[in-house]
Amino acid sequence: MAEVLLPRKMEIANDPSKFGSPDPLHVLAVDDSHVDRKFIERLLRVSSCKVTVVDSATRALQYLGLGVEEKSVGFEDLKVNLIMTDYSMPGMTGYELLKKIKESSAFRQVPVVIMSSENILPRIDRCLEEGAEDFLLKPVKLSDVKRLRDSLMKVEDLSFTKSIQKRELETENAYPVHSQLKRAKI
Amino acid sequence: MDLVQMQKSLQDYTKSLFLEGILDGQFLQLQQLQDESNPDFVSQVVTLFFQDSDRILNDLSLSLDQQVVDFKKVDPHVHQLKGSSSSIGAQRVKNACVVFRNFCEQQNVEACHRCLQQVKQEYYLVKNRLETLFKLEQQIVASGGMIPAVELGF
Repeated sequence: MAEVLLPRKMEIANDPSKFGSPDPLHVLAVDDSHVDRKFIERLLRVSSCKVTVVDSATRALQYLGLGVEEKSVGFEDLKVNLIMTDYSMPGMTGYELLKKIKESSAFRQVPVVIMSSENILPRIDRCLEEGAEDFLLKPVKLSDVKRLRDSLMKVEDLSFTKSIQKRELETENAYPVHSQLKRAKI
Repeated sequence: MDLVQMQKSLQDYTKSLFLEGILDGQFLQLQQLQDESNPDFVSQVVTLFFQDSDRILNDLSLSLDQQVVDFKKVDPHVHQLKGSSSSIGAQRVKNACVVFRNFCEQQNVEACHRCLQQVKQEYYLVKNRLETLFKLEQQIVASGGMIPAVELGF
C-alpha cells in the first residue's frame, strides 16, 4: 500500500498550504531522575518537539488514561507521538511500562524508546522483543533525539499524506472529472 | 582584571577541569544546549545535581551506618548518583560510583565505606570547581561580556 502512496507524496509536499502542516511531535518523557528529566526535556525542546515530562511510570499511565482506576474515556484526543522512558525506575520499571503500553488498544501503536545507563544485552533484547522502538544508552545524545524525530516525522508525514489523499478521493468522487484516472493508479 | 582577561581565565579554568578528568565531554553537551533563550540551563541542571547528590550521599551515609547494611537500599542510591553524575559530565564522581557498585555487589561493607569517602571527595571537588566556574561566568556577564565558547585543542 505504501508503494502506491509514495509517488503522490512529492505533489502534496509542493503545496502544503492547501492542507495545513503537521503538528510538532509530542513526546512523553518518563524518568525518576531530576537531572535526567531536565536534560531530556531540553534535548527534545531543542529538537522542536512538544514535551510532557513525568517522574514515574505510574504517572505516565495516569497521563495516558491507563491508570488502574481510569478508563480511556476522553483520552481519544490525546496525541502522543513518542514515549521515551528510563529503564530503571523505582516501583514500575520502564520495561513494565512498555508492556502496559503495548497491551493498550489506544496506545500500542505509539513508539516507545527505552533509555538506560547500563549496556546490558539481555535487557536490550528483552525490550526490543517486547516491541520497543529503540534502546538508547544514557547520557542520551542530541543526535539520538534528532534521529528519532526525523524517522518519526517521515511516518507522520506518510500518514498525513494518506489522510490528504483520502480527502482528495472523497472530493473527486463528488466531482468525477479525473476519477477514472485516479482509480487506475491505485 | 579586564573583560578579555576574565574571559581568558574562564577558558583556562574550564580547560583545566577537562584535563584533570573532573569533567568530560558530556559537560560540553550541556553547554551546547544553552543559548539566549535558555541562558541558565547549565547552572540549573548542575544545581539539580547538587541537590540530588547531597540527598543521596546523606542517605548512603545513613544506610552504611546501620548495624546490618541493606545492600538492596545502598545499590540503587549509588546507581542513581552514577547516573546523574554521568549526565552532567562529572567523570570522577561517576567512576568512583562504578567502583562503589562493584563492592556493593560483593556486599563488602568496609570497602563500601571507603568508596563512600572516595565518592564524597570527588563530589566536593567537582562541586567546588563548578561553583568557581559559575562565579567566573557571572563576573563576565556582570561586566557586560559574553561567555566564550570552550575551545578544546587537545
